Amino acid sequence: MTEHVRAVHPEPDMVQLLTPEGQRVEHPDYPLEITDDEIAALYRDLVLVRRIDTEAIALQRQGELGLWASLLGQEAAQVGAGRALKKHDMAFPTYREHGVAWCRDVDPLALLGLFRGTNLGGFSPHEHNFNNYTIVIGAQTLHAAGYAMGVVRDGAVGTGDPERDTAVLAFFGDGASSQGDVNESFVFAAAGNLPVVFFCQNNQWAISEPVTTQSRVPLYKRASGFGFPGMRIDGNDVLASLAVTRKALNDARNAQGPTLIEAFTYRMNPHTTNDDTRRYRLGSEAETWKLKDPIARVKAYLLREANVGTEFFAELEQESKKLAEHVRAGCRALPNPTPESVFQNVYVDAPDELLKQRGEFVDFVSSIEEVNA
Amino acid sequence: MTARTMAKALNEGLRKAMEDDPKVLIMGEDVGKLGGVFRVTDGLQKDFGEDRVIDTPLAESGIIGTAVGLAMRGYRPVCEIQFDGFVFPGFDQIVSQVAKMYNRSAGLVKMPITIRIPFGGGIGAVEHHSESPEAYFAHTAGLKVVACSNPSDAYWMIQQSISSDDPVIFFEPKRRYHAAKSEIDPEPYPLHQARVVRPGRDVTLLAYGPMVAMALESAAAAAEDGQELEVIDLRSISPLDMPTVLESVGRTGRLIVVHEAPHSFGVGAEIAARVQEQAFYSLEAPVLRVSGFDTPYPPSRLENEWLPNIDRILDAVDQSLGY
Ligand SMILES: Cc1ncc(C[n+]2csc(CCOP(=O)(O)OP(=O)(O)O)c2C)c(N)n1
Repeated sequence: MTEHVRAVHPEPDMVQLLTPEGQRVEHPDYPLEITDDEIAALYRDLVLVRRIDTEAIALQRQGELGLWASLLGQEAAQVGAGRALKKHDMAFPTYREHGVAWCRDVDPLALLGLFRGTNLGGFSPHEHNFNNYTIVIGAQTLHAAGYAMGVVRDGAVGTGDPERDTAVLAFFGDGASSQGDVNESFVFAAAGNLPVVFFCQNNQWAISEPVTTQSRVPLYKRASGFGFPGMRIDGNDVLASLAVTRKALNDARNAQGPTLIEAFTYRMNPHTTNDDTRRYRLGSEAETWKLKDPIARVKAYLLREANVGTEFFAELEQESKKLAEHVRAGCRALPNPTPESVFQNVYVDAPDELLKQRGEFVDFVSSIEEVNA
Repeated sequence: MTARTMAKALNEGLRKAMEDDPKVLIMGEDVGKLGGVFRVTDGLQKDFGEDRVIDTPLAESGIIGTAVGLAMRGYRPVCEIQFDGFVFPGFDQIVSQVAKMYNRSAGLVKMPITIRIPFGGGIGAVEHHSESPEAYFAHTAGLKVVACSNPSDAYWMIQQSISSDDPVIFFEPKRRYHAAKSEIDPEPYPLHQARVVRPGRDVTLLAYGPMVAMALESAAAAAEDGQELEVIDLRSISPLDMPTVLESVGRTGRLIVVHEAPHSFGVGAEIAARVQEQAFYSLEAPVLRVSGFDTPYPPSRLENEWLPNIDRILDAVDQSLGY
């Protein structure tokens, strides 16, 4: 099959505002006015988000988590997009958007229950306007489109009132772009001119499948066929992610309809802690991408161009250590689910039969606990 | 022959089917270089090429729907669904197309498609990775549904399913993939026949897939208390081999069906209904079910309690004998 290779599309331009070497560059369509303090704040996000990830991987190795989906390499895409959101905007993540969760002020511990096996998510999407993680790939893009339909019906787009106009941000991966749900969400978004931004992190791999298994064209180009704009950004450039997502969200809030953003990035770690990349990709690939590290370039900029003192980095290191301690201790302290909890929230109005089963289950669990005691 | 794991036995069975029939294709997510997330297709793409072992785009509806077209064109697709919970995006194609094409075409178009689904829990996984959706498929006319429980059956049953001209939903108990190794029987056993895997005279335990090992362990434990439990490996969920079940119940008078799937409207319910219809006067006790509960699959920290286990099975045995 590989021998019938088709038309090769030249690699398209992508929006980049900070080079891997840490040089600020301008883009005519995405002017970004940003202070050095604001860049430093993004740097802080990037560093802390990576720390959460590092700690979670360690916790998995120690048996404290059953699984972890690492975001290593994708911090800039996520932090840029996350910081482009306004508080009242809504975000629909996959299972890897720990960086977006951070920007939404979701306590990292709230993400760990799913991976530790103590709950299935269990937080309110409304508290931080951040949905529970969705594992069935692509499903959440339709939820985002539907949420955006609600926003339109509520008259919360195009009013010109920045406190009212609302956008929705839907995350998905390059692999998910093949799912019917994702393509249907594009159709619905276009049909309803919905205030939704589709943010695809093309991290080059869907477990072992390269993005070429999913698409003959760069993914962002798909948008034009559905009738809305698409663009590719350097997904390892937090400034590009911020500027382009901000513009797309603004367009959405201003009733200009959907946008597709393809953040061109790389999954530096295995798909999850269960995966073994040696079976399907060369280690040299990750080595190449290391040179485009999303954090190193911001640090280079800050050190060279900005007036950020060494104490900033020292304080951040302290903060990072504290956060790590919070994640480690908090993870171990996550409460185990009670037997009753399995029967809670199955229905709003639980049938008697289920309550009877709950009784049997609770009795059974306490009987083994007695035997074990 | 040497002993092998169930994953390896499936791998060898698939290899044999591909060698025997050039129309057999494997398609699914990560089935190529990775060899599937459970390594069941390990090495097959290397040996049979990318034309016969296809890493598909990530879309289950696409996998099943294109398998339908391939089958119309004379191929025998073997589709791998990565985990039980991810069959549902392909459910429409299975239920409305795979299952009905033969009937719709007045018997002129066959659907020799095998859909492999790793199923069941017990591996500490996150949501959607531990489900037991067999009843949905068994409820659909036109589909055959089987579950292997040991390496030898896995080896033979996958080949029998692939050579079946009817579509087969092939359930693989994922927690047994790399569990005990055993030898492959020299001859296959009929695909849709149940098998008595431990004879006994007091109570019949009926199980399939991952619960066969659990039923056998329970029977071994009960034997220490002097109870002789008969264990039947159902193997085929649709069609059901009622003669084997009824013969056993005729001797023991007591039947307990064990499955991981939720309690209500499941395989156990169907078997209980048939047994009371067909063997009412043999029964010494009501047919009992030991199963998952009527809830979503729980967070993994509670799965061992939620799933049928030896304690719950032996409780049911006592209950049955108490009548
Ligand atoms: C419907 C469905 N099919 C299969 C899976 C198993 N699975 C989990 S993640 C994944 C790959 C997803 O790749 P991509 O969309 O590129 O996102 P990434 O994991 O790289 O962030 C697969 C196949 C799933 N979760 N849902």
